[in-house]
Amino acid sequence: MSYHVNEKGYYGTFGGAYIPEMLYPNVEELRQKYLEIMYEDSFQKEFKQLLKDYVGRPSPLFYAKRLSERYNTKIYLKREDLNHTGAHKVNNTIGQILMAKRLGKTRIIAETGAGQHGVATATVCALMGMECIVYMGEIDIARQAPNVARMKMLGAEVRAALSGSRTLKDATNEAIRDWISNPVNTHYIIGSVVGPHPYPDMVARFQAVISEEMEWQLQEKEGRSYPDHVIACVGGGSNAAGAFYQYLDDERVNLIAVEAAGKGIHSGESAATSALGEDGIIHGSRTLLMQTKDGQITEPYSISAGLDYPGVGPMHAHLYASKRAEFISITDDEAMTAGLELSQLEGIIPAIETSHALAVFEQRKFKENEIVILNLSGRGDKDLNTYIDYFKL
Amino acid sequence: MNRINQKLQEDKKLLSIYFTAGYPSLDDTVGVIQELEKNGVDMIEIGLPFSDPLADGPTIQASSTKALENGMTSEILFTQIENIRETVSIPLIIMGYLNPMMQYGIEAFCAKCKEVGIDGLIIPDMPVDVYHDEYQAIFEKYGLINVFLITPQTSEERIKFIDSISNGFIYMVSSAGTTGAKNSFGNAQADYFDRISTMNLKNPQIVGFGISNRETFNQATDKAKGAIIGSAFIKHLTKNGTKTIADFVSNIR
Ligand SMILES: Cc1ncc(COP(=O)(O)O)c(C=O)c1O
Repeated sequence: MSYHVNEKGYYGTFGGAYIPEMLYPNVEELRQKYLEIMYEDSFQKEFKQLLKDYVGRPSPLFYAKRLSERYNTKIYLKREDLNHTGAHKVNNTIGQILMAKRLGKTRIIAETGAGQHGVATATVCALMGMECIVYMGEIDIARQAPNVARMKMLGAEVRAALSGSRTLKDATNEAIRDWISNPVNTHYIIGSVVGPHPYPDMVARFQAVISEEMEWQLQEKEGRSYPDHVIACVGGGSNAAGAFYQYLDDERVNLIAVEAAGKGIHSGESAATSALGEDGIIHGSRTLLMQTKDGQITEPYSISAGLDYPGVGPMHAHLYASKRAEFISITDDEAMTAGLELSQLEGIIPAIETSHALAVFEQRKFKENEIVILNLSGRGDKDLNTYIDYFKL
Repeated sequence: MNRINQKLQEDKKLLSIYFTAGYPSLDDTVGVIQELEKNGVDMIEIGLPFSDPLADGPTIQASSTKALENGMTSEILFTQIENIRETVSIPLIIMGYLNPMMQYGIEAFCAKCKEVGIDGLIIPDMPVDVYHDEYQAIFEKYGLINVFLITPQTSEERIKFIDSISNGFIYMVSSAGTTGAKNSFGNAQADYFDRISTMNLKNPQIVGFGISNRETFNQATDKAKGAIIGSAFIKHLTKNGTKTIADFVSNIR
């Protein structure tokens, strides 16, 4: 069994392209060309060069000695927080802006929740001199003011999504509607492994650089290229897809996906999609999503804006349904505590999304001689206000 | 014969109206349908509201949000229109997104449609190949016509394929964009309308998106068999309530 996408765009029964006919030409063009373009020598050369000189890759694989002692196992941190713009998101936006250029597109649109993907998109648009419009829920614009300012400073236009619940899912709807209305000159840079095929696969391939580096970095440090466990947080699932990618079909490696339980899975304020979701369709993809019995998509909750999405990418829905990956959900409180702990044990302030992954060490025991890699998806600068309010710092 | 096919044989341009079920008030659904038929509308699309209507512009989004706040569900819609065929004889089509239908169960949904007298479905986010591979047999079992969309960007080859698997009419989206009223059509639309009409498709075409008044209705139906008005009618309901539907229809033709 392979956990990669099949030729029809599905992971098991999940995935596909459930899109209105208006989007068909755009998505079909991308589907036909993405692999060919991505694996052209000139594309790979430019992509790798930018990841090295602009993003600062490879990101270090850091042996976290004090954290390892605390949990009596061997923990490595994959430092995506050290990337330019502070998270893994930029790996994908670099890839997609190069894709957009080769498709002859001149205008870029994106959605954003916390603003991390919006900033990463605005950044590459500035770099390439492309017009950039970022859709963001009206409520998120109010609660993520610093990232809104960053996007504006980078020359992007931030448009408020005023429909529905006025958060990430609605920003995604607005971006899709923009694409419907601008079918010829526009490329939509989706921020995670979600949306219609080929997006989940394309984004996963761009993020796969994370596990490609892990393999040789771990080989250097431990004399073997694979760990026993890989842990990553899952909003839509892009950092997890990147961290898992090289190990998807390697059953020696246990994959651990961490979702946000918010105030508790059954509190009514949660974003634990695998536990609470049902098979359905969101943003053009068949996957697990949180919805009412009548099929209306519901609004999730998490203290972390980046995990606050009612669905999960189809690759992860399949990893869950097939039991290839272990899914763990972590509450706001558990995450915040773990974020503080990492700060004080290792001198690294993580993004609150990542703090959810870190909280796994309190929940689940690992053996002393096991090697665990945790994907440190982002840095906590953007979350300082939330940490300050929470800990009354 | 399905009521849609019968209607398409009539020697006239068809006026079809879309409205959102459960809007403006939850219990307006049946009254709006009856009033539209009384005023000579040829066909009705009953919008099943969805929380995330990707293909819709602000007017239909807002009516969907309101209908959901009013408490509309698939279950309630079917209960409301349980006896609709006692009073209404024009074709009725449900237009909605795939997710709510999946949760109801596609086969159960189709069976219920047949039971209450629905003639067809328009599901903008159902891919043509998924219909072809998974659902076509179910639709046919329950005598339902599935209506596909084409747009100015749809390739000639794909239009021919869509024509080959359609058995009612083709929904011609007037221009690149989501649903929403426009005041007039330009040359690009006229060229597109001409281009499609010269393809001699086996299914008649009905134009939708952007039809709002007599002028756009006449432009759209110059070559096509009919036109669908949605957002403009919803705006009328929002402003004037359900009492002046006759005025709206008489302003179109
Ligand atoms: C630092 C960080 N980690 C994780 C995520 C979640 O996204 P994904 O699940 O696609 O990795 C985000 C999203 O904003 C993020 O900023």
